[in-house]
Amino acid sequence: MAKIRIPTPLRAFTDGAADIEVAGGTVGEALNNLVDQHPELRAHLFNQDELRSFVNIFIGDEDIRFLQGLDTEIEANESLRIIPSIAGGRSLGVEN
Amino acid sequence: MEALHSRLADLSNDEVKRYSRHVIMPEVGMEGQRRLKASSVLLIGTGGLGSPLALYLAAAGIGRIGLVDYDVVDFTNLQRQVIHGVSTVGVSKLDSAAARMLDLNPDIEVVKYNVPLTSENALRIFGEDWDVVIDGTDNFPTRYLVNDACVKLGIPNVYGSIFRFEGQLSVFYAEQGPCYRCMFPEPPPPGLVPSCAEGGVLGILPGTIGTMQATEAIKLLLGAGDPMIGRMMLYDALEMSFHTIKIRKDPACPVCSVDKEAVVLLDYEQFCGMPAHDHSEFSSVGAADELDVQTVTVHDVKSALENGDDILVIDVRDPHEWDISAIKGTLRIPKPDIQLAKNGIQAGRKLWEETVLQEIPKDKTLYVHCRSGVRSADSIGFLSEIGYDLDKMYNVEGGILAWADEIDPEMPKY
Repeated sequence: MAKIRIPTPLRAFTDGAADIEVAGGTVGEALNNLVDQHPELRAHLFNQDELRSFVNIFIGDEDIRFLQGLDTEIEANESLRIIPSIAGGRSLGVEN
Repeated sequence: MEALHSRLADLSNDEVKRYSRHVIMPEVGMEGQRRLKASSVLLIGTGGLGSPLALYLAAAGIGRIGLVDYDVVDFTNLQRQVIHGVSTVGVSKLDSAAARMLDLNPDIEVVKYNVPLTSENALRIFGEDWDVVIDGTDNFPTRYLVNDACVKLGIPNVYGSIFRFEGQLSVFYAEQGPCYRCMFPEPPPPGLVPSCAEGGVLGILPGTIGTMQATEAIKLLLGAGDPMIGRMMLYDALEMSFHTIKIRKDPACPVCSVDKEAVVLLDYEQFCGMPAHDHSEFSSVGAADELDVQTVTVHDVKSALENGDDILVIDVRDPHEWDISAIKGTLRIPKPDIQLAKNGIQAGRKLWEETVLQEIPKDKTLYVHCRSGVRSADSIGFLSEIGYDLDKMYNVEGGILAWADEIDPEMPKY
């Protein structure tokens, strides 16, 4: 099992949960299990089967882009983090 | 690391006394304090992050502090922008901040740039001899602009960002490590992440992150300790947890992996698909932009509700906004839920009757409202994409703010 840390902006799609335990031997499997549990997250993380370019996934303190990406193996009890892109008070600028 | 510069300024006896708690520390000493006085720091934004930054950097004796902001102090700023006050509501943020900084420390110089930072003026402003730039902005276009201009000019960029109870801190200094784009090559498209404007922020959070940015700036100037180059600190106020991750330089980074000469500032509003500031002429491509959405006034809504007309009024704001104020007799479904349902239906993952949209009959006349009318127009756009009749949907002009102004003066505005 791996623990995935959900950032505040995405907790709207996990019923508010901040940490979610999922099964999976690789980062890709764990994330797929995550979006199976919380289908609304899928569109935020994936474009088809590819991780969206602005989604940063860290395992421990390392960016998976510099490991083996979605194929990076998860050791027992390692935790994953989704690092959000946040900008501050007017993050989207388009709101009224 | 080494200090960013070797300039030293003379201190008066009064200044030695003022800074005595610094001067007696070996990490600062007389030399460090003289170095701080000879230093210059440019703050982008004098809002939530900029307030503690400006106060503490002024107090610390940074000799020359630049402020870039175009806004005036608003009453709602005071929940977090502690450099301003009731007495400066309506005053330019630059004048308000500068007065407070000089009251705290008259020995410093404050340079005011009363403009929105743009691709046209950034290199000129950043080029006016700043040792460190601190990003205290509140939007993606300006963050990418600050990054790219700093990379081009070889200036360290002390980055801080906040959302609700969560904060991020790093130092992006392409001369010695990664830049913002190595970590965030491109921004999330508008509409795909939950918005922050209604998301809010704990007023203390920019204080926490802003003071950490000030700490990093001072460390860079003194050459003391380990700066946050190549690292990002993630702060969660609810857990009171700090977590540091590694950020690596992307060898294919479109900005910091190329020759500085070749870095060209972009139209960052176009790049991010959103305006950078209130004075912007940028028009974001919302779901409703291509559509001719019909409108009704709040008076129409009131009489339709009172007469029991066969219409449905839908409030697409977020649930916590309903707690602040709401019109009685509305169906409440947040815009992101409508958008997600629409996406699911279009992708074939969901049937209409499996989504929240089953609460919205397709044959009924709909009056849709939000806070001021933008999200509701977008929601109408989404609904029209999946079979709702555009001729039966009306956007409530001015949203609940207009209702508060014209129908119910007792209703709180936010």
